Amino acid sequence: MPHRTIRARRLALTSAGVMSLALLATACGGSNGGGTSAAPKDFTYLSVTENTTTRTALTTLSTSTCKAENDALPLKVETIPQAQLDQKLQLLAGQDALPPMFAAGNAPALTKQLAKGNKVADIELELKRLGVLDQLEPAAVSTIKALYGGKLMALPYEYNIEGIFYNKKLFQENGIAVPGTWDELLTAADKLNAKGVQPFSASGAQGWPLTRLISGYLYRSLGPDALDKVDAGTAKLTDPEYVKAAEEVAALGKKGYFGKGVGSIDYDTAMNQFLTGKSGMFYMGSWALANIADPKQNKVGTENVGFMPFPAVKGGKGSIDQYPSNIGLAVTLGSKSFGDKTGAWVGCIAKNFGSTALKDHGTITGFKVNTPVKDTSEVAGTVRKTISGSKQNVLWFEALFSTKATTISNTSAPGLVNGSISPEKFMATVQDALGSQ
Amino acid sequence: MHRVLGDRRAIMILLGPALLLYTLIMLVPMVWSLGYSFTKGNSIEGFTGSGLDNFTRLLDDPAVHDALWFTLKYAVIVTAGQVIAGYLLALLYVFFLKKASALIRTLAFFPVILPTVAVGLLFQKLFQVAPQPGPVNSLLNAFGLESIDFFGNAGSAFWVLIIMDIWRSMGFYAVLLFAGLVDIPDEVLESARLDGASGLRLIRHIVLPLSLPVLMSSLIFSINGTLKVFDSVVALTNGGPGNGTTPLTLYMFQSSFTYSEYGYGSTIALLLTVVCLLVSLAVYRVSRRDNTES
Repeated sequence: MPHRTIRARRLALTSAGVMSLALLATACGGSNGGGTSAAPKDFTYLSVTENTTTRTALTTLSTSTCKAENDALPLKVETIPQAQLDQKLQLLAGQDALPPMFAAGNAPALTKQLAKGNKVADIELELKRLGVLDQLEPAAVSTIKALYGGKLMALPYEYNIEGIFYNKKLFQENGIAVPGTWDELLTAADKLNAKGVQPFSASGAQGWPLTRLISGYLYRSLGPDALDKVDAGTAKLTDPEYVKAAEEVAALGKKGYFGKGVGSIDYDTAMNQFLTGKSGMFYMGSWALANIADPKQNKVGTENVGFMPFPAVKGGKGSIDQYPSNIGLAVTLGSKSFGDKTGAWVGCIAKNFGSTALKDHGTITGFKVNTPVKDTSEVAGTVRKTISGSKQNVLWFEALFSTKATTISNTSAPGLVNGSISPEKFMATVQDALGSQ
Repeated sequence: MHRVLGDRRAIMILLGPALLLYTLIMLVPMVWSLGYSFTKGNSIEGFTGSGLDNFTRLLDDPAVHDALWFTLKYAVIVTAGQVIAGYLLALLYVFFLKKASALIRTLAFFPVILPTVAVGLLFQKLFQVAPQPGPVNSLLNAFGLESIDFFGNAGSAFWVLIIMDIWRSMGFYAVLLFAGLVDIPDEVLESARLDGASGLRLIRHIVLPLSLPVLMSSLIFSINGTLKVFDSVVALTNGGPGNGTTPLTLYMFQSSFTYSEYGYGSTIALLLTVVCLLVSLAVYRVSRRDNTES
């Protein structure tokens, strides 16, 4: 074989080897993005796709009252489906690449983990430094602290209380007075059902609208510390007085009060059932006021929608003026990217977000409303007055649960009301999940 | 050519990069995952050694027992369904439809190319009870029967999943087995017919033994795929109601990425690997023995 051919073959082999290694190096090499925690170039807000109100209101602020802050550090909104939020946060936190502001996870447990790893800014301290701590409603601050082990770990972009919305017209037509006790609620449901009206609409696909009824019953029967005791380990969900709450909710399902196939009903369908007069009652948070105020969705008319607290349980330790409250999907601030420019943005938000959200979206937030805004409807006024007058608030069923227990509780709830899971088994499954993490 | 392949350096240059790539993207993560089985924690809090805690928890965890039982039950039924339905379709193509089978083959193969999520949504709508009854419940109502909440309990949701996955993949196995059946020499079939074999006897004594190798390949394909079922469950039921239709893969995914328990998720992955390995070994042994006999 001529030398030239051998040399050419060696050259070809060597080149092939070098090119393969180069390809390998390219494939294995990471990008140089992420992992850094230098001063941010944008005021990035990682939001969930499902929530449009907060990001729209922030965008409005960026072009109006907070324009100067936006010019210094432009607002940039990134979205992710809520179901993928926890995974995204874990990945970003692992790389120290959390944005300046982000939706803080589907359960408070994740936010607490992030705070433990110093990934979340000390919001109380920063707001004090900025001189805007007083711009937060005390009730909202107390709800956040109850959720996050006594610390202010989130901003109250929403502040909701929960209760039962009811169709005034259907109640009137069927001679039903607003129920004050659980037994009266059952009687009202019986009457509606007898007239062929579905008593409750609820989304079993989401699960939580059903478990809220369990916690509502627990708070009324055992008192406002019922679920704190479970969290502290001094009581268990499998204790007979706790199982009783699940039994009561299961009994509603057994009578068919949630309609057929509740497990397949998603949030929008449940809302639609109530707002088109197909159901008489709807347990929901005050965020539903935006839907109630929308004539395209609300076919029964805002004047026909009433709001009542979760009824009392005879002989129970709780009171009906203890409303479950929450701040929606919590939004928090990253510690690594918190600087002067981020602080300026946060200060502007604290002073102006409350008015903008209420005026443009009818959303009640935990920020003070510094510019007076007229209520969109009678029911909105009732809810606003209830919020400002509430003395003691409670949380919800999964508020103090781990992510695992929250998921299991929500996914098992439809089984509880359709009878495929017994109340004892439901509570035992959730209790096991609480104990396993 | 012989000189190049006889040269050790040439072999190393040709195989080295591919081997390195394979090691980096396949073997290293596997060993890494095994290492995670002995840890607890997550990317936020960091990882700490936990000894054999994850393994003892695996043994006591009722959710793992349920998921393992679901996985095995699903794998056996769907594998049997896919291969039997595929084989029947292949027999139909070869012995009844013959040259006119192209259209039916295309139609039966069509679900294979559909995205799993689309098929999941299609079956959700087919079997739904609310807000409006789907076609299946409407049919039941037309016969005066009550609607069934198919996704409301684990038993009925399981059977909808089985029907969906068999429908989705039988076309693929039909084509695979069709290729095996057309390979059977016409002379053999002709002489069997001359000897008086026809219908079921011909299939039982001639077609089945001669198509056994391709049948065993289909079985191995199917069992390995069904043991690792994930996408169709997520698309149709997302493991619910409760954890009633949660296979090991989904529980592993939830443990790692939803509950941030990477160590425990890796332990479940290890269990799944062992199950796949044992089943594959069993199928290989059976297939080897049968091939020898035939």
